[in-house]
Amino acid sequence: MKILVPVKRVPDAETTIKVNPEGNGIVEAGVKWVVNPFCEIAIEEALRIKESGVEAEIVLVTIGTSDSQEQLRTGLAMGADRAILVTADNSDPWVVARVLAKIIEKESPDVVIMGKQAIDDDSNVVGQLLAELIGWPQATFISEFKLEDGNAAATCVREIDGGLETIKVPLPAIITADLRLNEPRYASLPGIMKARKKPLEEIDAGSLGADLTPMLTVKSLTPPAERKGGRMVESVDELISVLQTEAKVL
Amino acid sequence: MGNVLVYAEHAHGKLPKATAVAVTAAKEAAAKMGGGDVILGLFGSDVSGLTDAAGKLGVSKVATLESPALEHHAADVAAAALKAIAEATDCDRVVFASTSKGKDIAPRLAGAMGASIATDVTGINDDGSIERPMYAGNAFATVEMHGDKKVLTVRTTAFEAQADEGSAAVEAVGADISAPANAIQFVSVEETKSDRPVLTEAERVVAGGRGLKSGENFTTVLEPLVDALGAAMGASRAAVDAGYVPNDLQVGQTGKVVAPTLYIAVGISGAIQHLAGMKDSKVIASINKDPEAPIFQISDFGLVADLFEAVPEMTEKVKGL
Ligand SMILES: Cc1cc2nc3c(=O)[nH]c(=O)nc-3n(C[C@H](O)[C@H](O)[C@H](O)COP(=O)(O)OP(=O)(O)OC[C@H]3O[C@@H](n4cnc5c(N)ncnc54)[C@H](O)[C@@H]3O)c2cc1C
Ligand SMILES: Nc1ncnc2c1ncn2[C@@H]1O[C@H](COP(=O)(O)O)[C@@H](O)[C@H]1O
Repeated sequence: MKILVPVKRVPDAETTIKVNPEGNGIVEAGVKWVVNPFCEIAIEEALRIKESGVEAEIVLVTIGTSDSQEQLRTGLAMGADRAILVTADNSDPWVVARVLAKIIEKESPDVVIMGKQAIDDDSNVVGQLLAELIGWPQATFISEFKLEDGNAAATCVREIDGGLETIKVPLPAIITADLRLNEPRYASLPGIMKARKKPLEEIDAGSLGADLTPMLTVKSLTPPAERKGGRMVESVDELISVLQTEAKVL
Repeated sequence: MGNVLVYAEHAHGKLPKATAVAVTAAKEAAAKMGGGDVILGLFGSDVSGLTDAAGKLGVSKVATLESPALEHHAADVAAAALKAIAEATDCDRVVFASTSKGKDIAPRLAGAMGASIATDVTGINDDGSIERPMYAGNAFATVEMHGDKKVLTVRTTAFEAQADEGSAAVEAVGADISAPANAIQFVSVEETKSDRPVLTEAERVVAGGRGLKSGENFTTVLEPLVDALGAAMGASRAAVDAGYVPNDLQVGQTGKVVAPTLYIAVGISGAIQHLAGMKDSKVIASINKDPEAPIFQISDFGLVADLFEAVPEMTEKVKGL
């Protein structure tokens, strides 16, 4: 089976993000760029499917600039088989979904496993939008994945507001990973060596015939309102007292 | 321009507060994004028991659609149902609350309608642009949404809930929604049962982190304080990942967003991803044994203490109030 994993290059979750003085982006100095954590989880799940004995090819795809090669190499070093870089703006969910739809047409994967959310835009949109564009069913926010019926379907556990929901989804389908699906491995040294020789194809988005007109324009970024804090109390009694008399919340 | 449709989320024969919040946001969308009336889109396998409550949500009409295929609001058919309702009621904007159902369905509807979509919206500006957080709340973006059709999911902490008023007419939409050949099948739901207030609606939240060290300690140390305060219980991702508490208690960037009157963080360090889900609480108090814990920087009141001593003491004293 062919597993397609869309991944995004994002600032590391450990980096402190600051809005730049112009208010049109973030301060990029000192930012470490990584594979979006949810996409890493998606890659890991694909690898586990393959390691469970299913004959599988794992194809990574990203939409972005040539900088994103680095994140594709990371995924290849984890164990994916090949990668596709589509050069286009990577920030508009509609553009990304339309390009991914074209890649799916070209590659005909049996399943697409991706992140539920990119931690830069925090959109949580692309998977569901893509599923609608290509008419596939979706299993979002999943914490368990199990192939069934000779790989014709998958049973998925979804993290929902009230707890956990189990569904069975026929393949092909769009699957979006939540945090607790697995714990991604680190790339090994031999993995990194091998990754250098794995195929990384570059495609110009224009050649795919996808509509690249964005549906959103970010006009400006502002830092969040500062929250004044830092006052310390000495004891439980004092804590209760200030909550009662000053904050008036007890 | 047309009207504004609100997704009526419902479960167990009830409309949650989130739906009332979405109505308020939809009224703002009507006022600032092109006018029109606010219509509630109510669908399921049988919604007859919900129409009375729905009619009191301050909307101008409740449009209903029933089909056995719509029982679980599976995203594909739910999007088809909302698209049909939007067409029948002349709606070009659709508003959802940013709940797990809203997030599952909204982008799919945007795809079906060819609409622009913005998620987790925290404000609507007079010029029709919207505000939304990015980078775990480290930045707020002013975003222009293109096209005539727009889909929004809104943060439930950013808009007030619509109070009950009036009684809107109920009108059934004549559309035939059936399950597609590649429909998903529902197998089971494991709901976290609790008599406590709903986490996202509670006036008070007591949240525990890795500092609690075990699920048992959540039960024996934290829960008595939660209950003494009549609060909802929350948790950090680390506590959920470790299996101390169920996933639906996670507060943060990728969990629930809460803004209670009082939030007490116990044994939580204060990572930015956690703060993203609770920083808008009115009053924040925290208990942590590490004086350098970042949670203190955003807390109104911080207590450096061993939680295993401070929490039981606080529980006893709160009970005595
Ligand atoms: C993509 C991504 C998404 C994420 N999403 C979320 C999210 O939605 N929500 C979330 O919470 N996190 C999220 N995280 C994780 C986040 O980065 C932190 O790892 C997490 O919040 C830490 O949880 P914690 O504070 O419980 O644990 P820790 O950081 O380990 O802190 C435990 C605290 O307990 C204190 N402590 C220990 N023992 C005691 C004691 N006896 N008495 C008093 N204090 C004690 C310690 O001093 C410490 O400050 C996410 C991370 C990533 C990468
Ligand atoms: N530029 C991109 N290239 C490839 N995949 C992407 C891109 N942007 C988003 N995705 C995928 O869509 C998921 C959800 O992203 P988002 O909807 O932007 O929060 C991510 O986890 C990725 O799997």
